[in-house]
Amino acid sequence: MKEFALIFRLNDISNFKPSPKQMEERMNWLGSIAAQNKLVDKGNTLLPIPGSAKTVKPNNVVTDGPYTEIKEFITGYIVIKTESIDEAVEIAKGNPIFEVGGSIEVREVLKRD
Amino acid sequence: MKNLQLHNELVPHLFRQEYAKMTAVLCRHFGLRHIEIAEDITSDTFLKASEHWAINGVPENPTAWLYTVAKNKAKDYFKHISIVETHIENHFPCYEPDYLNEIEFSNQLISDSQLAMIFAVCNPANSNESQIALALQILCGFSVEEIANAFLSKREAIKKRLQRARNNLRDSGFQLKILSKQQIQSRQHTVLKTLYLLFNEGYFSKSSNNFIRKELCSEAIRLNLLLTGNSLTNTAEANALLALMCFQSSRIEARTNENGEVILFDEQDKNLWDTSLIERGNYYLVNATNGKETSKYHLEAAIAYWHTTKKNDKWKNILKLYNQLVLIEYSPITSLNRVFAMAKVYGNAKAIAEVEKLKPMDVSYYHSLLGYLYEKIEVEKSISHYKLAISLSHSESEKLSFKKKIKQLNGDK
Repeated sequence: MKEFALIFRLNDISNFKPSPKQMEERMNWLGSIAAQNKLVDKGNTLLPIPGSAKTVKPNNVVTDGPYTEIKEFITGYIVIKTESIDEAVEIAKGNPIFEVGGSIEVREVLKRD
Repeated sequence: MKNLQLHNELVPHLFRQEYAKMTAVLCRHFGLRHIEIAEDITSDTFLKASEHWAINGVPENPTAWLYTVAKNKAKDYFKHISIVETHIENHFPCYEPDYLNEIEFSNQLISDSQLAMIFAVCNPANSNESQIALALQILCGFSVEEIANAFLSKREAIKKRLQRARNNLRDSGFQLKILSKQQIQSRQHTVLKTLYLLFNEGYFSKSSNNFIRKELCSEAIRLNLLLTGNSLTNTAEANALLALMCFQSSRIEARTNENGEVILFDEQDKNLWDTSLIERGNYYLVNATNGKETSKYHLEAAIAYWHTTKKNDKWKNILKLYNQLVLIEYSPITSLNRVFAMAKVYGNAKAIAEVEKLKPMDVSYYHSLLGYLYEKIEVEKSISHYKLAISLSHSESEKLSFKKKIKQLNGDK
């Protein structure tokens, strides 16, 4: 088994707060992964809203959020375990984020230890 | 004659009820190392009772009679032991029986001793199976025979299992005198798990004997009440578990028919649900809600709560809770229960797609669930899954209800 981080991205801040229906679908999707015993870490939400997001750059430059400069911003992540990256991709496809134009980046986790 | 009849009914019942209490109080005096002494005195007391009562009739207050005899027997034992005291002290430096204070069987002492005994018995070093067996023997006064019946295993196997667990118990060095905060903190988790398993052993019993089932469930509730009755152990989790037990118990009459056959949820007569137990469940569930923790018992209790309601959105809520539960702790059963809830909310076809994502399981529930889901979609498949479920089931009553299903489905074709 390999571990993969699924990194969620949105490009419209107004989609950040999900509707009850989206929430329900998201929980079903997450529950389904856990029910297959493939969830390693249910992860966290990363708040993209003003006051909760800053970017630190060289020469002490600090800007608000990542959302002012790049089109897409990260909203959260989970970690799953699957046999292959293809299987992880299949699981990612079931997430309702695509309905609001979001994307999921699938990245194999290389553990530091 | 009447007396003899009373005697025959009363003694086994009293034995079960008082055995655990008396052993706990005595053991508190003798120390866990010498649990056999406490058990011997208790057994001797019952032997004397059955002889004496058979001839002279049952005394007015049988419990008080038992306590007096046990007290005297303990005194005799102390007298005997004080003669060889020095000898023993040399050999067992940790032996510190309390024979300065007379043994009292007050209500307070009985519940304190029993509570301490629960924590002593629930040792994380034991396997789940031996844990429940030991709890049944020491905390509930079940005989080896009765435990073997409940587990549908052989007497010898249970005996062996118990022996190992008892060795662990004796050598654990657990202090029964004053239950310390630390002991409680380190073991509360195991205690709750044991009570949970004990209850489930009754509720989902392999045995079709309704009496044994109810007995196991009510014993688990009795022990859980000891936890909620003491401020040190009256935690949110303990209340959540108790709520779960009350909700589940409320359906116990509706779950099986007079032959002990399991009746599926959809087909249960809801009028048989015990509303007073549901109300008690509600009470404990409210107690369990302190806003800080959501344990798996909270979630399972909430699921059981929704099962007792007739509201329209119940299955939606149940599915939501299963989604949370499976995040806290993966288990194959939870995964399958979640699929059942999914079928109720989104229909069988979607639920089947969900099962297909799971690894096939070699357990009867996996196949009976698929059998259920395919009933109206593909009868042939439904029947073949029910057949597999029968071959994997360990419960006669379960097999019978699946056979009935197949017969029905064959008729539908």
